[in-house]
Amino acid sequence: MVRSSKYAAGCLLSVRDLSVADVSAVLGLTTRLEAMPKVERAEILAGRRIALLFYESSTRTRTSFELAAKSLGATTTLVSDKSSSIEKGESLKDTGLTLRALGAECIILRHPASGAPFLLARETGLAVLNAGDGMHEHPSQALLDLRTILTRLGLGASRVDADSLRGLTVVITGDILHSRVARSNAMLLPRLGAKVLLCGPEKLLPEDALGLGEGVEIVRDLDAALSRAQVAMMLRIQKERLAGLELDLGDYIARYQLNGERLAARAPKALVMHPGPMIRGLEIAGDVADGPNSAIEEQVSHGLAVRSALLVRANGLGGFESVTV
Amino acid sequence: MSDVLILNGRVIDPVSGVDDARDVLLRDGRVAAVDSPGALKGVAAAETIDAAGMVVAPGLVDVHVHLREPGQTYKETIATGTAAAAAGGFTAVVAMPNTVPVNDSVAGLNWMLDAARGSVVKLFAMPAATVGSMGGELTDFDALCKAGAVGFTDDGKPVLEDHVMRAALVAAARAGVPVSQHAEDTRLTGGCSMNAGPVAFRLGLRGMTVEAEARIVERDIRLLREIEKAEGLRPHLHVQHVSTARAMDAIRQAKREGLHVTCEVAPHHFALTDEAIGDYDTRAKMNPPLRAEADRAAMVAALVDGTVDCIATDHAPHAAHEKEQEFERAPNGITGLETALGLALRVLHKGQAMPLARVVQLMSAAPAGIVEMDGRGALRVGSFADVVVFDAAAEWSFDVAKTRSKSRNSPFDGAAMLGRVMTTVCEGRVVYRG
Repeated sequence: MVRSSKYAAGCLLSVRDLSVADVSAVLGLTTRLEAMPKVERAEILAGRRIALLFYESSTRTRTSFELAAKSLGATTTLVSDKSSSIEKGESLKDTGLTLRALGAECIILRHPASGAPFLLARETGLAVLNAGDGMHEHPSQALLDLRTILTRLGLGASRVDADSLRGLTVVITGDILHSRVARSNAMLLPRLGAKVLLCGPEKLLPEDALGLGEGVEIVRDLDAALSRAQVAMMLRIQKERLAGLELDLGDYIARYQLNGERLAARAPKALVMHPGPMIRGLEIAGDVADGPNSAIEEQVSHGLAVRSALLVRANGLGGFESVTV
Repeated sequence: MSDVLILNGRVIDPVSGVDDARDVLLRDGRVAAVDSPGALKGVAAAETIDAAGMVVAPGLVDVHVHLREPGQTYKETIATGTAAAAAGGFTAVVAMPNTVPVNDSVAGLNWMLDAARGSVVKLFAMPAATVGSMGGELTDFDALCKAGAVGFTDDGKPVLEDHVMRAALVAAARAGVPVSQHAEDTRLTGGCSMNAGPVAFRLGLRGMTVEAEARIVERDIRLLREIEKAEGLRPHLHVQHVSTARAMDAIRQAKREGLHVTCEVAPHHFALTDEAIGDYDTRAKMNPPLRAEADRAAMVAALVDGTVDCIATDHAPHAAHEKEQEFERAPNGITGLETALGLALRVLHKGQAMPLARVVQLMSAAPAGIVEMDGRGALRVGSFADVVVFDAAAEWSFDVAKTRSKSRNSPFDGAAMLGRVMTTVCEGRVVYRG
């Protein structure tokens, strides 16, 4: 999907904005940045102003974007809905125009409304990085998940093509309905050849999810799904978005929790991932989160690296000739 | 009043069944003659319109528009909204009551219909069915009908409670007017901003189900049946902006059963699907929402097979700052008066080979009949001199920058249209020249 010129080059609003070549370029740049001496890296975005605009709480995403920007030499400013004129009713458009007037060249946005980054990008003309919008997408998370998978499976993390994940099956389990991480991964990984199994109860995983695209399948039984998978991504139940939906947690745990017993029986070698925040004892047992299969902390580290590359790209650097946005 | 002569046109009048070359004379606000070409030669008229190559039809009628006055004149006024209507070929419109304050009183209705509002075309109004459109106590149907109400509706919201809807249907049946229902079970649509389905899932937006529309339609039809049996009355239910195959099936069935049900379909529901939302384009947000292709196709099929009684725009202007919001926060509604004919001709006439006379009927005689506008929706001697002259073959694209409406919230900016309005005449006055 190639977006029109109403969005600045360097925007990352959806994984659908990225061609496979773009994904490969982001991964290549990530590797180059990681290998670069710190002093040299700190010159890349020296003097640039990057705004972090957060309408929702965040630990990993916010911190990693901020640290990434600082490691590249950029000046960052954090604007959150709790301590700004947003509380007084200022619109997203006006907040964006204000940040632009203050010299921001790139805005990293987290917002509870699906699609908000598109609005901000249209209205400001700036490079906007979607750091999670409602139930829609979390594209940088999918890219860091991809890098984690490539690294742990020894597939080479510096470049990809449409067959890089051929033969790989990834099961994403839990609250798919409310998960932007699930959507971004389910739309990205199949384009690199992976099969994505979505697993969860009907209430949290409607059949409409099949519309995410080719290579996506719904499997209701976690044991059956795990038996086919080499990667297991677990998701938190998003209580803040349940909107009256009632769930029997005991039953949910029995059917969908990834615990040591289930993992050993069905997929003893599977890579275990979780985008966080995780609720130990609910969707994932503590011993699995801390166990040898787990890549959860590596995901966080890869987040810092991948987001550095996205910031370089957002600022029009990094030699992106095939930017499709 | 000055005479107007419309010469050399192809007169299409679905009521008298004329579809032939005719000259038309308008005098004193009425149609004075519809005659063979040349027969009116020598008649002196203040204005002569050469309609060679054009269709001359009864002025279009829209039973569903939001003119935003009183209370929201930054979106639209009666003057600007009816100017847009005239540009779209409409000569009579029915204003919905969800103004601020809600049009639920005789005083409010009189104010709205007062000539001082500057309506360019004939203005009718449907006041609220319940006080404040709150869904509880009925408004004074008798008094409002005496003041000119042509029906009752809480549009924007449904009349949700069974007993309230039942009472509204009974009172309207006694008054001889329809209850016009916005069919949405709002108990099922909280927090929803588009159609439920794969597109909503991909966009991460909560979706309104087909069931939310169909359940109210099915409930209302059941009430009609009960009232006919128990009260010996024959209430008229008009279902607004039907958007789902399931609701349409229920209406089709009810018509076969002989119940008095009519319905309208909006151009956007036969022209677009929920894919038009694209990357959260709030100009494609309205309620009921754009649906899946199967539902869109079912609306077309129902227009073709005659289940649909009329086309209505649900013209719903909103200011730019209101639509420039997060998709979930942006208000529902799009403008539609200037694009209705162009879309109907493109999708139904060209796309489905629907005869021109049928398109004209769906947009004039049929809606005029639903709210019983005597003397309108027809082009025969004695009718009001409400006429639209349009070039049915003209291909053009809509440019929202040129709209007569105060608002520009249309998903059809730049869209292909077929059929261009050249002249609109309302009660003998030329109200639009293209």
